[in-house]
Amino acid sequence: MSFGGGLAAWIRREVVQRRGWMDDPQFLTGYALSQLVPGATNVNLAVFIGAQLRGVPGALATLAGLMLLPVALILLAGGMYLRVQGAPGYGWVAPMLAGMGAVAIGLNLATGVRLARRNLRGIAAGMVTLATTVGIAVLQISLLKVLLVMLPVSLGLSLWRGRA
Amino acid sequence: MVPVLLRLALLFGGLSLLAFGGGAGVIPDMQRITVDRYHWLTAPEFLAFFAISRAAPGPGSLIVVLIGQKVAGLAGAAVAVLAMFGPTCVLVYAVARVWHRAGGAAWRLHVERALAPIAIGLTFATGLTLLRGTEHGWVAYAVTVVSAGLLSFTELNPLVALAGGAVTLVLAGG
Repeated sequence: MSFGGGLAAWIRREVVQRRGWMDDPQFLTGYALSQLVPGATNVNLAVFIGAQLRGVPGALATLAGLMLLPVALILLAGGMYLRVQGAPGYGWVAPMLAGMGAVAIGLNLATGVRLARRNLRGIAAGMVTLATTVGIAVLQISLLKVLLVMLPVSLGLSLWRGRA
Repeated sequence: MVPVLLRLALLFGGLSLLAFGGGAGVIPDMQRITVDRYHWLTAPEFLAFFAISRAAPGPGSLIVVLIGQKVAGLAGAAVAVLAMFGPTCVLVYAVARVWHRAGGAAWRLHVERALAPIAIGLTFATGLTLLRGTEHGWVAYAVTVVSAGLLSFTELNPLVALAGGAVTLVLAGG
C-alpha cells in the first residue's frame, strides 16, 4: 500500500533489514537502475528484486504483489467517478476532484523542488533542468524530441566535467 | 473497438519507453494526445484522473487504467496497463543483467549523473503543463501554490493535503 510515495524505503526495510534477501549495495544499485530505466520506479524495483531472487517467476510474483490491489482499487474509483458524472450528486464531486487535482499538481511541483535540492549540483545541471522544463511546459515540444536533444547534451556535460 | 484498443496499446506502449524519471514525465504528452488529439476525455476529466491516481495507492502511471476504462471499458483498462508496464518490465529485466556486469564502470556513473537533471526538469514540466491545461479559478491556483510550498518544506502527509484541497474547493463552491 504505497500511498503518496515512500514505497522504496518500505521495500528496503522488508527486503534488506527484515528478510536479508539482499544487502544495501545490491538494493541501492537496483534502486538507481529502476530510476534510470523508463517506467514507474517502484514497479521497476519490484521486477529487479524479483529477478535477482528467482528469475522470471520471481519478477512476475513481485510484480503481481505490487500491482493487483492498486489496479483493482483504481478501477473501482474510476468506475464510481464515471457513474456519478452528470448525476444529481455530482455538484460537489467536481469541486472535490478539482481541489484534489490542484493539490496533486502542488505535490508534483514539490517533488521537483525536493529532488532539485538534493540532486542538482552546479549551474550546468540547473540549465539542463530549466531547458527540459521550458521545452516541454512552455514551448510544448514533444517528450521524444526533448529527450533526443537533452540526453546527449547532459551526457556531454557530465563527461566534460570529468570523472563521475 | 479494436482500432481503439490498438491506439491505446500503441500510445501507452510508446510513452512507457519515454517515461524516464519515474513516469510523471509522460503526463504532458499523454494529456496532449488523449485530450487534444483523440478527444477521449476533457481536460478537467484528465486532471480528475490524475488526482485519483495520485490519491490511490500504487504508481501514479496507473492513470492509464482510468483512461483505458473511460475509452473502452475493462478491455481498455487491461490493454492500457499491459502497454504501460509490459515493455518497461522486460527492459528492466534485460538491463538488470547488463548492469550487473558493468559494475562500477565510468560510463555507468556518467549515465546516472546525466539523467538526474533531466528527470527533475520532467517533474516540473508535468506540474506546469497540468496547470495550464485546466481552467482553474483563483482558489484552485492558491491551493496549488500553498500545497506546493507545504509539501516542499514540511513533512505534511500528501493524503492530508489532498483532503484539505478537496474540502477547500467544496467550501469555496468550486
